[in-house]
Amino acid sequence: MRIFGLSFKVIKTLLTTQYAYMLEYRIEIALWALSGVLPFIMFSLWSQNDVGNTFGLNDIGLARYFLSAFLVRQFSVVWVVFSFEEDSLSGRLSPYLLQPLHPLLRYVAAHLAEQATRLPFALAIAITFFVLNPSSFWLPSLPQLFLAYLSTHLAFSIAFLLQSLVAALCFWTEKSSALERLIFVPYLFLSGLLVPLSAFPSNVLKVAMLTPFPYLINFPARILSGMPVDIFNGFLAQFLWILILLPSVSILWKLGVKRYTAMGA
Amino acid sequence: MHNNPSDLIIVDQLSKYYRVANKQPGFKGTLKHFFDRRSYDVPAVTNISFKISQGEVVGFLGANGAGKTTLLKMMCGLIHPSTGLVDVGGFSPQRRQTAFLKEITLVMGQKQQLIWDLPPMDSLYVNAAVYGLSDHEAKARINELADMLELGEELTRPVRKLSLGQRMKSEILAALLHKPSVLFLDEPTLGLDVNAQARVRSFLSEYNKRTGATILLTSHYMADITALCPRVICIHKGSLFYDGDLDSLANSLSPSREVKVELKNSCSSDQFEKYGEVQDLNDRFVCLLVSRDKLTDVVSNLLTDFDIIDLEIGDPPIEQLIGELFIKGDIN
Repeated sequence: MRIFGLSFKVIKTLLTTQYAYMLEYRIEIALWALSGVLPFIMFSLWSQNDVGNTFGLNDIGLARYFLSAFLVRQFSVVWVVFSFEEDSLSGRLSPYLLQPLHPLLRYVAAHLAEQATRLPFALAIAITFFVLNPSSFWLPSLPQLFLAYLSTHLAFSIAFLLQSLVAALCFWTEKSSALERLIFVPYLFLSGLLVPLSAFPSNVLKVAMLTPFPYLINFPARILSGMPVDIFNGFLAQFLWILILLPSVSILWKLGVKRYTAMGA
Repeated sequence: MHNNPSDLIIVDQLSKYYRVANKQPGFKGTLKHFFDRRSYDVPAVTNISFKISQGEVVGFLGANGAGKTTLLKMMCGLIHPSTGLVDVGGFSPQRRQTAFLKEITLVMGQKQQLIWDLPPMDSLYVNAAVYGLSDHEAKARINELADMLELGEELTRPVRKLSLGQRMKSEILAALLHKPSVLFLDEPTLGLDVNAQARVRSFLSEYNKRTGATILLTSHYMADITALCPRVICIHKGSLFYDGDLDSLANSLSPSREVKVELKNSCSSDQFEKYGEVQDLNDRFVCLLVSRDKLTDVVSNLLTDFDIIDLEIGDPPIEQLIGELFIKGDIN
């Protein structure tokens, strides 16, 4: 069996090895999971100011949205640009480039392994949230859970491709993580991490929906929390962004490796 | 270039230029560099051509920054040449086709591919999967190479807990797991102690004999070159200035030979000046540098004119010759 040209054995070995590697850093990953509590801070902020109604949400709806946003963020967080930049500048990329496996696939495996490592910590945080806010407890239906799972993975794919596009600029700029900030700011505001997109004026919302950011947090979080959402158009947009970004990364990568100077190696 | 069927590697008029930013020192230079960034091309390798046959072990010699590592990186496909051509077994290395990548490996003494926090065995299984080895093949290959490299339980200890020598041997094992037929080795013994260096050298020699692999090696340790490489390619300031066997290089670098004499009685330096250049004189021990064409006559005369206990003829150490050569930057 082959997935994206990779045999099942390669995928299994990469994932299990990366998982073993991530388990070496379980405390660090727990801290990373804890550091992702921004949605809870925003929930606290919005609920105290009683502005949830202006978003079209009551307190329970707001709590469920931000918990969902937290969970989606946990399983779609991407750091490839930072690892890639470090590997590129230190020369660690060199042996990866000379093996019959695209180097970006190693980073994909590392991210998926990290997600698996984060799972128990994320669940523990979710349970704590329910203990503190028992009225907000809900169990999504199985189809809801499946769609949320699928859209979260697609969100991860979009985020990974977006950052890979920036990472590939390492071949030109050497410090492409600085450019990542250019993505992070619109991501923060337009993804729904700080506030549900329904709070935006309609004109802003229209423009936001033309970017990939709402499909990174807002769309999967709305599915998971049971909020009304245009499922068909949401998935269509996610697939379209992947279709746009995948060849873009591929082209930029091919152009970039021609400029690779194997610094530090 | 005329190609011979036995030529595995063909390098033709190869050049590489690096673009380097030009910044003047000081605050003024920093400001100027910020607003008006200027760069220029530095030639790292200039118009180099040579051919290497299947199974050869070739050493690349050169001072720091001479261009030997850049040359190696172009031959293995890591960096793209600015101009010229490289052909390795019919492949254009910079295209990095899967079939090509399965035939080569690159070992860099100062860099590692093993996962730092896991035992080498985990990285080995990743490599085995990436190169499409079956479990049975991988185990057999790991055992064979571990035997040759004298590696045992080190393979199940975290890499960070291994000594530099154990780590380097594990790196070599990982790099050779897929049975590459062309080995690019950049300073494979860098930082290792004398014993570890010797073990790596004997392994590489044995590997070459067993598999017939072609080995291209850069090293600052002349012992690596003298022990492994019948042929050397010398690079100086990006240009090739010698390609041939090591012995001929020594001959052309030094037209003289060293004659070490142990005398029965002590003598003065001026007694030997007519025989050759006195390198050293210590009581009854004399070291002379004698030109090769006069060597037979000089030895004969020494044996006639002095009471000699022992006489030894040899070449000056190759390290010394190469070192002098790099300082002079020229070859006679």
